[in-house]
Amino acid sequence: MLTAIIDYESGNLHSAEKAFQKMAQETGSGTVVVTDKAEIVARADRIVLPGDGAFPACASALRASGCFDAMIEAVESRGRPFLGICVGMQLMARRGHEYEPTDGLGWVDGEVRRIEPRDAALKVPHMGWNDLQIEQSHPVLDGISSGEHVYFVHSYQMVMDDPAQRIASCDYGGAVTAVVGHGTRIGFQFHPEKSASVGMQMIANFLRWRP
Amino acid sequence: MLKTRIIPCLDVADGRVVKGVNFVDLVDAGDPVDAARAYDAAGADEICFLDIHATHENRGTMFDVVTRTAEQCFIPLTVGGGVRTVDDVRALLLAGADKVSFNSAAVADPDVIARAADQFGSQCIVCAIDAKTVEPGRWEIFTHGGRRPTGIDAVAFAKTVAAKGAGEILLTSMDRDGTKSGFNLPLTRAIADAVDIPVIASGGVGTLDHLVEGVTEGHASAVLAASIFHFGTFTIAEAKAHMAAAGIPVRI
Repeated sequence: MLTAIIDYESGNLHSAEKAFQKMAQETGSGTVVVTDKAEIVARADRIVLPGDGAFPACASALRASGCFDAMIEAVESRGRPFLGICVGMQLMARRGHEYEPTDGLGWVDGEVRRIEPRDAALKVPHMGWNDLQIEQSHPVLDGISSGEHVYFVHSYQMVMDDPAQRIASCDYGGAVTAVVGHGTRIGFQFHPEKSASVGMQMIANFLRWRP
Repeated sequence: MLKTRIIPCLDVADGRVVKGVNFVDLVDAGDPVDAARAYDAAGADEICFLDIHATHENRGTMFDVVTRTAEQCFIPLTVGGGVRTVDDVRALLLAGADKVSFNSAAVADPDVIARAADQFGSQCIVCAIDAKTVEPGRWEIFTHGGRRPTGIDAVAFAKTVAAKGAGEILLTSMDRDGTKSGFNLPLTRAIADAVDIPVIASGGVGTLDHLVEGVTEGHASAVLAASIFHFGTFTIAEAKAHMAAAGIPVRI
């Protein structure tokens, strides 16, 4: 079993690598590699797409990366379990609206727009620990209850056209999308690798997930 | 609902915790990695390392500390002290820091914040501001551990670095630091209200009520403290319980 964390030079992958490796070891889920090589992504059993920074920069870096086609093929044609994290999750949307309208992967029926809390005293970015409201059960959230905390840092959020694809949210002057997905694809707006034991449980669940 | 963060800060010199951490039976009270792991287990929301003797020569020891911490602690880690350039940020992020804090380099050249934020994203760029009251309602930036005045207005500077792309401000009340008499609340509130980004209050915490005041009166998004936690005066859990009892949302 091989899990590939895609490196397209959009942020620090050290913590994600260590967290996935630790949980792969604890769950007997094989090896985890950080890679920008198409041949490794092509033979990976699971794919993780991280991402920090602005949507257009991440989208163009991902499309320019040598492993983009291999990732699309693995996820769309062969149904390999996919996890997007933070901007990696936002890239699953049809479109992003940070700086300029930019096409996403179109894997989730939503668009990425700036967070606009109803309470003007709330700061943007939404940074820190917020509690999840789980709206639909999902194997990757096994053992996690509404009210448990995960660590967010983002200024844009996924606005869903199809609420059925929203699995969890949190409250920040209105509902903010926290987990999206359907089929073999799931995305976390928060950072599981920075979310202590709750995040580690979700990583373990993803590594064991057989959709 | 977003929770108010409690952040223990460890002063590190040459890879060792200054004065040690004595709130639990650590194998090595001077090892920052052991201390960070203990704070993670105790429920800290983030960890902050401040390299207080950062020089070009001893950088390697801090990178090693950061790398080992990131391998074992799965909560956010901020690193500051001696950060001058975009390359310094890159090196610390690669070592495993989640956020990197500028201090005097940003006072000398606020554009370094913009360059770093453009490259790595605002989410990982913190600007530390050390300020003192110079007259009622006016606060000035001080550098060199609070000894050197700059003539720069702290509120105006906070707005500048926020506009340049800082993701967060770590505000230390230099006239309170080490006094255990509580945060400089008018300063904290003036800056927290002036910027849209989160402000971490620091400097002067001696009691749990001080943590509460930093949020309720200072309008801080997070509170940072060192000695009350390191010396076991209070645990992270006691701090959170006290804040919760005062009506402040915390992660428990």
